[in-house]
Amino acid sequence: MIRIEPREKISNSSTIFIPIIAAIVSLLFAAIPIISAGANPLIAYVEMAKGVFGSVFAVSEMLTRATPLIFTGLAAAIAFRAKLWNIGAEGQLYLGAIAAVTVGSGFFDLPAIFLLPLIIVLGACAGAVGMVAPTFLKVRFGADEVVTTLLLNFIIIIFLQMLLEGPLQDPMGLGWPQSAPILDQGMFPPLIDRMRVHSGLILAIILAVIAHFMIKHSVWGFKLRAVGENSSAAKHAGININHSLFGVALLSGGLAGLAGVSEVAGLKGYLTADLSPGFGYAGIVVAMLAGLSPIGVLVASVFIASVFVGADSMSRAMGISSFLADLVVSVSLLCVLVGGFIAKFKIVRAGTGKKIL
Amino acid sequence: MIDILNILLTDSFWAASLRIATPLIFGVLGALICERSGTLNLGIEGIFVVGAMCGWMATWLGAGLWGGILVAFLCGAFFGLIHALLTVPLGLSQHVSGLGITLFATSVSYFTYRTALPDVSSPPRIEPFQPLDIPILSDLPFIGLVLFQQTALTWLALIMVLLVWYVLNRTNLGLAIKAVGDNPNSVDAQGLSVYAIRMWAIVVGSALMALGGAFLTMSAFDAFFFGMVNGRGWVCIALVIFASWRPGKALIGALLFGAFDALQVRLQTEMGAVVPGQVFLMAPYVLSIAALVIAARSADYPRALLTPWYKGQR
Repeated sequence: MIRIEPREKISNSSTIFIPIIAAIVSLLFAAIPIISAGANPLIAYVEMAKGVFGSVFAVSEMLTRATPLIFTGLAAAIAFRAKLWNIGAEGQLYLGAIAAVTVGSGFFDLPAIFLLPLIIVLGACAGAVGMVAPTFLKVRFGADEVVTTLLLNFIIIIFLQMLLEGPLQDPMGLGWPQSAPILDQGMFPPLIDRMRVHSGLILAIILAVIAHFMIKHSVWGFKLRAVGENSSAAKHAGININHSLFGVALLSGGLAGLAGVSEVAGLKGYLTADLSPGFGYAGIVVAMLAGLSPIGVLVASVFIASVFVGADSMSRAMGISSFLADLVVSVSLLCVLVGGFIAKFKIVRAGTGKKIL
Repeated sequence: MIDILNILLTDSFWAASLRIATPLIFGVLGALICERSGTLNLGIEGIFVVGAMCGWMATWLGAGLWGGILVAFLCGAFFGLIHALLTVPLGLSQHVSGLGITLFATSVSYFTYRTALPDVSSPPRIEPFQPLDIPILSDLPFIGLVLFQQTALTWLALIMVLLVWYVLNRTNLGLAIKAVGDNPNSVDAQGLSVYAIRMWAIVVGSALMALGGAFLTMSAFDAFFFGMVNGRGWVCIALVIFASWRPGKALIGALLFGAFDALQVRLQTEMGAVVPGQVFLMAPYVLSIAALVIAARSADYPRALLTPWYKGQR
């Protein structure tokens, strides 16, 4: 028989190598569905790489895709650190987007220097509001936030459809369920001429760096870790758990709201009910691949965005369904989980205590 | 008010309630078995999708309706086994593993469907399960009319409630499952394998969840659509807590939910002009949250739920 024992010390390099190995394994795994779809996996990989790194345009598309993933990845990473299972980033993203088009599409006709910051702040607040109810229900009634945030995703999307057929509908939109466009001065300026990558990416990177320093070097970061790792000890040390949880929840929701702001005010210009192809859920994978580290989130977002953009272009070139991207993303999540296990535990033979792995 | 009463007194309303409740009965029972043994299975949403896709596709390829059900059952068991391996012997985060299973199972199903049927505008249809006419029962007044409109899968769901109740409360196996979810050390001390019991519970529970998905494509509808599961799995996770992990209460919870959903559809047709339709569409999800909040305070969680257990480590 075999037995599982914790390792005496967890090597520092494992936090970097495990996600990389998980990413490689998940890409290799993609060969199975590619072959079963009747295509040559080597050609498919080349097509994917060309679609991501083949031109300046391709890289711009990849970074455009990575931008919302950084926001939702940070949202998940911060919440998960405090063991607050916010699975509602998808809904909070839409709340942020709703706020953005509400104030940005002519409600306030302000110059860019005021309008864009206003959109950003209100979008973040709207996302944060999405976490108020689940956190309150958790703290007050002990209702599991996993279930409430998940169900809220559905409620918010239906609510959005209602708004897009009602008060938010563009009067010039020929009856389509879409909002009026955000004013030009309310849009994130593009980073490169005639490319789609926009300055929302800069905001995302700045927030990731701030989050990194807050977690590593501030009292708040210490509380966050304490609440997540050992909440009864944290309580004993005089940390108000409920206060800390609310703080984390609002930050997490706000970051997810910014993903919606950046998509609608950076890319699309107007809001539809299919704004996000699951950025909220993909953010969970980003956070896990990143080992819940904000700087790691930047790297993991680039990987996940590459998978999505690469699979899209491969799908166009070879006719393989682009659901392949979701497949690779989900496998990478499962791989990084197993990798985390191997880093923390060793497998020994029960009788002799001899190490196997 | 009178309108609502009139709706409540029709047999078609209760028949619809039972029909809507059927996939939830399978799902709640599956989640209940997993959680009673100590493991949260958030893979449920994806396993519903797998059951819906595989059951339908096997039937479409000529396996027959019951062949399709068997395929759905086995596919659900397969994804349950992955979750079981990750969460029981490896003891990994049940939340993250479950979400991973949901993402994995959903994308496998969608990819397979798209690859098998690359460019169809209207999905191919199968001949679904038909209402079952059981001689004496269908002659009963009212109840007969409600039951007469149900397919074999609804009957199977009701039988499963009895079976799960019986196994959990009247057999040694049930005792072991409950003990492993409350106090795994005591089970280990008796020389039983905690790993085996927990893993089997997850595998069987997941297989039942897949039947809930299969009901959608093989009885409620006759084809597979993207996004057709639409949160039903998550609703089941809320209902398990509402049912405080008891099969009988799970049936009542699912039926209540089905009744509210059926009522919502009927009210929508009557009041659609005054209230936007989306208000009614939101109702099931709001209701699930409400049920969760009501039950959460007094919820008697299986004591070892979410706690991994390693052999030889106390």
